[in-house]
Amino acid sequence: MTKTLMAFLSGILFGTGISLSGMANPAKVVNFFDIAGAWDPSLMFVMGGALVVAFVGYRLVFRMPKPFMESTFHVPTNRVIDRKLLGGAAIFGIGWGIAGFCPGGALPVVGTLNADVLVFMGALLVGVLATTTISAQLAKQGE
Amino acid sequence: MTDLTTEFTPYASLAGGVLIGLGSVLLMATHGRIMGATGILSGVFTTTGVNRHWRIALLLGMFTGPWVYFAIFGGLPDITATVSRPLMALGGLIVGVGVTLGAGCTSGHGVCGMARLSPRSIAATLTFMLFTGITVFVLRHVLGG
Repeated sequence: MTKTLMAFLSGILFGTGISLSGMANPAKVVNFFDIAGAWDPSLMFVMGGALVVAFVGYRLVFRMPKPFMESTFHVPTNRVIDRKLLGGAAIFGIGWGIAGFCPGGALPVVGTLNADVLVFMGALLVGVLATTTISAQLAKQGE
Repeated sequence: MTDLTTEFTPYASLAGGVLIGLGSVLLMATHGRIMGATGILSGVFTTTGVNRHWRIALLLGMFTGPWVYFAIFGGLPDITATVSRPLMALGGLIVGVGVTLGAGCTSGHGVCGMARLSPRSIAATLTFMLFTGITVFVLRHVLGG
């Protein structure tokens, strides 16, 4: 129960932060990248604030042998930088530049039922599920 | 030409960033999990039982966020799309493919992974920031204008 509540609370902090930061607003996001035009540096402050808190907070958390409510930390251990990672990141960047929403920016404001967000999230889900299914099929054939 | 400028909001953006960071730290401290939008969302569809429950609770918390904002500021956060609905859908589809292959997005790689100094996340973040910048430049200054 407390465990579910802590996940819910983490989500509220994240969702309120996204709403306040401007990350849920494509006009602001696109302008952050439009250095040659209507540049709005606000998002630098979002990334800066989030990174400093996460950097310090994680260091404190990782001093514990395990998280409060789980037996181990579920942190990725893969350190290989491959074509899939960089190609995926490049594709994500192209989509982010077109839509102005990234998944973390759009997800909380799904709660507002804004039509643009719903269109974006619907299409994103199709992309995620199609890629997951096709990757699993290819992996199976490769065996 | 239409006015594309948006208001520079350093304080609100910094405060928002701090809350995003706090949410990420709380999730790591309690569940030992990365606050990555991509992984949490796809996990809702690919996991079952307890592994699914916390993700759903987290998502519901996220959806509540804009309403907490509403309760404080008396209005929902500003959401202004810069492209038509078909382009929005195309963008969403491309993002969905990219974040699945690249195993993360701005929250997972850009905040949590960078904060852990993960070489994969640093490489991914630099790559997607570069490609987002190029895409915006092409759309605004090469094709549009």
